[in-house]
Amino acid sequence: MDLIAIVTIFVLAVFVGFEVVSKVSSTLHTPLMSGANAIHGVILVGAIIVADHSETNLELGLSVAAIVLATINMVGGFVVTDRMLEMFKGKSGGRANQNSGDKK
Amino acid sequence: MNRTIYDLIGLSAGVMFILALKGLSHPRTARRGNILGAIGATVATVAVFFYASEGNELPLNNLGWILGAIAFGVLVGVPAARRVQMTAMPQLVALFNGVGGGAAALVAIVEYLKLGDSASTGVVIATVFTVLVGCVSFSGSIITFLKLQELMTTRPVVFPGGRFIIAATLLGTVASAVWVVLELGTTPLLILAALSLLFGVLFVLPVGGADVPIVISLLNAFTGLTVAAGGYVLDATLLIIAGTLVGASGTILTRLMAEAMGRSLFGTLFGAFTAKPQEAGAASETRPVKSGTPDDVAILLNYARRVVIVPGFGLAVAQAQHTVRELADLLTAKGVDVAYGIHPVAGRMPGHMNVLLAEANVPYEQLSEMDEVNPTFPQTDVALIIGANDVVNPAAKTTPGCPIYGMPILDVAQAGNVIFLKRSMRPGFAGIENELLFDPKTTLLFGDAKASLSKVVGALKAL
Repeated sequence: MDLIAIVTIFVLAVFVGFEVVSKVSSTLHTPLMSGANAIHGVILVGAIIVADHSETNLELGLSVAAIVLATINMVGGFVVTDRMLEMFKGKSGGRANQNSGDKK
Repeated sequence: MNRTIYDLIGLSAGVMFILALKGLSHPRTARRGNILGAIGATVATVAVFFYASEGNELPLNNLGWILGAIAFGVLVGVPAARRVQMTAMPQLVALFNGVGGGAAALVAIVEYLKLGDSASTGVVIATVFTVLVGCVSFSGSIITFLKLQELMTTRPVVFPGGRFIIAATLLGTVASAVWVVLELGTTPLLILAALSLLFGVLFVLPVGGADVPIVISLLNAFTGLTVAAGGYVLDATLLIIAGTLVGASGTILTRLMAEAMGRSLFGTLFGAFTAKPQEAGAASETRPVKSGTPDDVAILLNYARRVVIVPGFGLAVAQAQHTVRELADLLTAKGVDVAYGIHPVAGRMPGHMNVLLAEANVPYEQLSEMDEVNPTFPQTDVALIIGANDVVNPAAKTTPGCPIYGMPILDVAQAGNVIFLKRSMRPGFAGIENELLFDPKTTLLFGDAKASLSKVVGALKAL
């Protein structure tokens, strides 16, 4: 892919990333960090690609290690985030009502 | 599957990641957002198995190894995430972040080994960047894990000449990075990886316990950027999108966290360069304090009209969230007005305490954020502080230059009586003395938070 297309994607993604989390209550900082953490586990895709290309045992060994680590990051990350958010179950409605009540 | 379809699937996964982050920013949609992110990641992972890049045949080479490694990763990751105590969650997130950074660095190293002379300078630079930052993120996250798990001291680790060693390591790391770019070779790369790992350790060591969550968030953003750079190397657009999103949102989140804790990001990060070895004020600990019995505490609580409970990490460690709810229910039944004052960073991370109390089914209406509860302290008869210290330490307001100066605190000193349930006189996570402990209106009840609370509940029932 040519460089300018990549730079375009990069810059736009930076702005989207800034924009989506700019207003978040401190209650959600930990789950949000954990969720974002799980998303970068998508490096798993990259690890699979290099494992596919591996020709020597060294390359394969390193790629397999990368796949294991990336899987732990991705799967573990989403599971642990879900466990955190499970705790908010049933209380989210109350929170929303309370907040809107405070403003009015 | 041809490239167009593969790229479109990648784009849809990218959109799901954006919606996931958006969802995670609001309490009502947070869980849905996380699940959407998981779906996006799964779709992206499955798609790569069906995409034959140019000159390659399906199925993928080394397919057995790939599937086996994924299965192994799932077998390690899922039970770890399922079984971890709620109290240990922050360090698990740190660990997951570290292995993600490690994975990105390994991917870049493998890719580097295969780079021929045909590789463009841009690709080489991106590869080197991924190795460098991935290694820093990996070793830095391991240190934050050790600090939070209290396998090592939570105080800043500062040694004589430390800042020169850190600066020298940083210079060495950058120099070796340039060397690797100019002269492709395995040896320079290994030196770069080793120096980057060392820098990650030195970078996090001087950070005090209270600032660790900010550093985890920052390293999380770092890992995001390495994934983006890795995406450039591998020509995988999705990795560029996902990595950049995490890098950008992680940076903003780091800033928001630092603000919530009243910390300057700069001071946290470059504390390493300015910090001097300092002796903790041990001399003051000989002053007398008023320590009480569970009965004294029960009587104070019984005749109060309003009680504000301030839970801290000590409550979490003792797993006392259920006992504290029992106490609160008992007081409510006796007609006492009970509220919980939750500091934004109570526990070890912003929002950590809310998660713990929600687990114990504490009614949401009783949980008050700091801004709501602070004006009510003058009308509060008893502030009951359970295993918290730094978040109620008046030094944050009165002592310029102390590590927590400027951090917003809960004004428990305004309440009629202050009760501390503490294990010992040991200072809090930030490692500083709390003057409030010596205040005449303060009563201390020493012991494990859960044991103390059970005794207070027993005494209250007997009244």
